[in-house]
Amino acid sequence: MLKIKNLHVDLEEEDKTILKGVDLAVEAGKVHAIMGPNGSGKSTLSYVLSGRDGYKVTEGSATLGGVDLLELEPEERAAAGLFLAFQYPVEIPGVGNMTFMRTAVNAQRKARGEEELSAADFLKAVREKAKTLNIDADMLKRPVNVGFSGGEKKRNEILQMAMLAPKMCILDETDSGLDVDAMKLVAKGVNALREEGRGFLVITHYQRLLDHIVPDVVHIMSDGKIIKSGGPELAQEVERDGYENLKSEVA
Amino acid sequence: MAAPQAKQTTTEARLDGVSVPKGAAWITSLREAALGRVREMGLPGRRDEYWKFTRPESLTVAEVPHAAIHDAGSESELFGEMDRLKLVFVDGVFDADQSDAAALDAVSIERLSEAAGADIHWARDVYGTLEERGQKPVLRPMATLNTALAEDGMLIHVTGKAAKPIHLVNVQASETSDAMLHHVVKLDAGASLTMLENGPAGARYNTVMEVDVADGATFHHVRAQGRDHERRAATHVFARLATESVFKSFTLTANGVLTRNESVIEFTGDDATAHVAGAVLGDGDDFHHDDTVFITHDAERCESRQVFKKVLHNGATGVFQGKILVKAGAQKTDGYQISQSLLLDGDSQFLAKPELEIYADDVVCSHGSTSGAIDEDALYYMRARGIPKPIATNLLTLSFLAQAVEEIEDEGLRDEINDRLTSWLEQELG
Repeated sequence: MLKIKNLHVDLEEEDKTILKGVDLAVEAGKVHAIMGPNGSGKSTLSYVLSGRDGYKVTEGSATLGGVDLLELEPEERAAAGLFLAFQYPVEIPGVGNMTFMRTAVNAQRKARGEEELSAADFLKAVREKAKTLNIDADMLKRPVNVGFSGGEKKRNEILQMAMLAPKMCILDETDSGLDVDAMKLVAKGVNALREEGRGFLVITHYQRLLDHIVPDVVHIMSDGKIIKSGGPELAQEVERDGYENLKSEVA
Repeated sequence: MAAPQAKQTTTEARLDGVSVPKGAAWITSLREAALGRVREMGLPGRRDEYWKFTRPESLTVAEVPHAAIHDAGSESELFGEMDRLKLVFVDGVFDADQSDAAALDAVSIERLSEAAGADIHWARDVYGTLEERGQKPVLRPMATLNTALAEDGMLIHVTGKAAKPIHLVNVQASETSDAMLHHVVKLDAGASLTMLENGPAGARYNTVMEVDVADGATFHHVRAQGRDHERRAATHVFARLATESVFKSFTLTANGVLTRNESVIEFTGDDATAHVAGAVLGDGDDFHHDDTVFITHDAERCESRQVFKKVLHNGATGVFQGKILVKAGAQKTDGYQISQSLLLDGDSQFLAKPELEIYADDVVCSHGSTSGAIDEDALYYMRARGIPKPIATNLLTLSFLAQAVEEIEDEGLRDEINDRLTSWLEQELG
């Protein structure tokens, strides 16, 4: 479903290459994990796929269900079915969480030529999903992410993901700042969507999230490239031996 | 002190052949005195410090600059669904046929042009009085010109709690009308009134509203100046606040080539409250909007609050001049002032001059002013959720202005203003 081929990316402002030829293919219903040390290019990959400014693709391609993602505006990529759960969800004072989500859901439906959800239907759906993520009514009423704890922000990301029902989800360091209970809730949310045949790319530093969201494939990224791919056992190996060991092994 | 030559020339050109409107002795003497004061101080000029950021020429020239009449299309009447007493002015002249009967319990409403003929009138103690008090320490000749020459307006005396708001509806009918309206509102002890106001009074207009708020009385003012793009306006609100009185004024502005809104507030009694707020949507390099506020604390334990927010794009200019003056003896004053702009492009500009002048030693006063671009992180976040850029920009713009709109105390009025703001925003930014 998500196909990345030989992707090379530079920073727009500086003369610096971040991604140096990434190849990756995630099939429907599968969970791929990307692990790697700081600065290896994991987050850059998520930003480039979602369309953040500041990056220049110099070579390669990225498609979702055959659609060229790199040609689209961020909102068009979202409407095409791509979702990025942010490592640092942004606070938006003055914009209510519900207004934000309903605007997003309906904008995507409109872009796909589907009928917009009525206020009542939206409310019903959001309440149902919020409940499973342990998100209370107050969090829905407050401005987007304002005054949310780290865990609340991440759960709010998963709620948005559930409401938007994307085809392909990228989770960027979703486990950072989460305690065990919150991590279980997040994993539950992800696993529910996984069963519906959505694809996942889980970017993480540590193996612990992968105990709860068991990946089909694990990739190790280093210096802008995927240096090794394998099954879930690869994550265990990283946890045990560290990245340095792996790097020298590959070299 | 006589005004400089250039100023005298402008002033004489404007006053050439002008005489004060006909009226009884009391108002004629007030008007003549005001005309004398205008000659003495001269009309505003470009060199005046108080007009440093806003060019006054188009407001002072004898010939009115042409202003096309705005077609509101299918837009519903603002405050149209509310129970209110409507008073309509067309090009600055009261139109009784379009207005509601001026009958409201505990409120007397009279036309200035009619009351001016009465030998004795309560308004003689207020008309031009608050305007003149507001001339120190900064001259406001446009207001004095209004006191001298305005023929129409409303004299409103509130003796109790008004059951519904009074709504001043201004209509521009001519592309060269030069409207002057002078309203006086006197609230007796414990009385209360909400005043709504909207629409362009003329192609060019100069309005004065003097509000005298007695002990424990409350005055709320909610105003919308909107989408009538070519008109030019100089508006003035002068308020005098007695013990435990409350004054709250909010203005929404969208478009208009030139707007100068002055609010001059004086606390004369202890424990009173004054809030002044404004939300502005400015579009285009011919848009110029100026909020000028002067609050004088001359009593103890009074609270003043100024909240001004402007969204500027396509080369629009926003100005804020706000001052809190705390006189000696005005102990326990609580003064707050914030002015902020959201600049949607590099061509727009915001000019702010926040000032504090404090002669009492036990006060809390703060002021802040910021200018910023739209939050790119927030914009990207919203777009990554599928919200198209224009809609995301609108949401962020509304959220920026929300702090000013929230100053409107009444929920119904706040919703009404928010709805109008949202619809204007959609038309502005697409």
